[in-house]
Amino acid sequence: MKKIEAIIRPEKLERVSDALIEKGHHAMTVTEVRGRGAQRGIALQFRGKEIMVDLIPKVKIEMVVHDEDVDGVIAIIKEFARTGKNGDGKIFIFNVEKCMGVRSD
Amino acid sequence: MIDSGDTAFVIICTAMVMLMTPGVGLFYGGMVRRKSIISMVALAFVAFALVSIQWVLFGYSLAFGTDIGGFIGGLNHFALNGVGLDGDGIPDILFMVFQLVFAGLTLAILTSGLAERVKLGSFIVFGLLWTTLVYDPLAHWAWGGGWASQLGALDFAGGTVVHISSGFGALAAALIIGKRLGFGQDSMKPSNIPLTLLGGALLWFGWFGFNAGSELAANGIAANAFVVTNTAAAAGALAWMAASWIHGKPSSLGMISGAVAGLVAITPAAGFVDAMSAIVIGIVAGLICYSALLFRVRKGLDESLDAWAIHGVGGFWGAIATGIFCTAAIGGVDGLMYGNVHQFLIQCVDAVAAMVYAFVVTYVLALIVDKTIGLRVSEDEEYVGLDISQHGESTQI
Repeated sequence: MKKIEAIIRPEKLERVSDALIEKGHHAMTVTEVRGRGAQRGIALQFRGKEIMVDLIPKVKIEMVVHDEDVDGVIAIIKEFARTGKNGDGKIFIFNVEKCMGVRSD
Repeated sequence: MIDSGDTAFVIICTAMVMLMTPGVGLFYGGMVRRKSIISMVALAFVAFALVSIQWVLFGYSLAFGTDIGGFIGGLNHFALNGVGLDGDGIPDILFMVFQLVFAGLTLAILTSGLAERVKLGSFIVFGLLWTTLVYDPLAHWAWGGGWASQLGALDFAGGTVVHISSGFGALAAALIIGKRLGFGQDSMKPSNIPLTLLGGALLWFGWFGFNAGSELAANGIAANAFVVTNTAAAAGALAWMAASWIHGKPSSLGMISGAVAGLVAITPAAGFVDAMSAIVIGIVAGLICYSALLFRVRKGLDESLDAWAIHGVGGFWGAIATGIFCTAAIGGVDGLMYGNVHQFLIQCVDAVAAMVYAFVVTYVLALIVDKTIGLRVSEDEEYVGLDISQHGESTQI
């Protein structure tokens, strides 16, 4: 099993989530986060003075899926979260050692 | 001769109407995304401050100065010249400030069409032009001795002046400034519904001062205006809620929007109709404003916070409804229901003229501001939100 951690633009969450549900991937945990990538946020110009908006609001989607579903889930996230500009986010994949429900075994 | 009771009443009503402007700000602020809440509330305050100065300098004079051709007032009251402490019933200066709070509120309603994408500096320029060239003439037509009042058009508290003007103005401004980035694709859900409900509550409360105060005297007509205002708001709230229930859940946002629709529609009629008519006016307002909102969404128009659907369409309906339901028993004039077709036709002419004038002039003004100094922020500024890009402030960490 793999854990997928995707950091995306908050406004894209609904479309990504809908697309994942449509393909049968229901389970996810979503957290509101703030962060920056290699570009260090967004620089706004005000009459010669620069204002650096350093930590941009994002959402983090965490999903644990079977190995064979990883590529499909990533493809959906990339398709629906992408704008083609800086700040579209990152996807990380981790190995999961064990997974169990709190209620069930 | 000054009447102390009337003066006390109108002073309190003026303060109540002032509270409606930040009320609009909170109402709108809760409906935008979290990155633009401060901007939305601030725009209402900016509108109020801007109009407060414009009005005492020349706005009041343009609206209530000596009539020029039925279109606009002269500059004889420039810088409050001749507006003193004496008056008929209430001091002239109190009438001036009562009208000032209306003008400030109207520009605040218009910010709906510019939500989350307007440059603050450009809004100030646009707002100054708009209140001078759209609001002031309309106020003159209805209340300052202009052609509409000469014709006998009834507008008790500003259906054409405040609501048709700001609603159709917002639509015109939205068409010029363009849709928000990602509109129709990305999620643009309201970020803080309790804030909107609080703003709606302040509006409902302030509206008693708006409508009852428009009698400018503490008398039976003011009391009737108070009652019909509340009745229409309640009917509008329940009607919109029922209609939205059929389409899904009865949202609180729909309920409060319906209340505002009812309040808008009863505004021109408040001094002329009875409570039973107010129920009909409110119900119809709730239903047609909700339909207008659905129409706007279907057409992909980003008149973001529905000033057009609620104030524009609701104000239009209210102006027409005044001509249908007005009764001589209350305001001295009968409407269509009581056999007076003439009054109904006058109301139609007045509403259509206000709608066309507000839309066309706003469109031209927004276009001029856009082509000269630019109405809209850059893409990056819009993306990070107007709170940070325009004010350097944030509701987040």
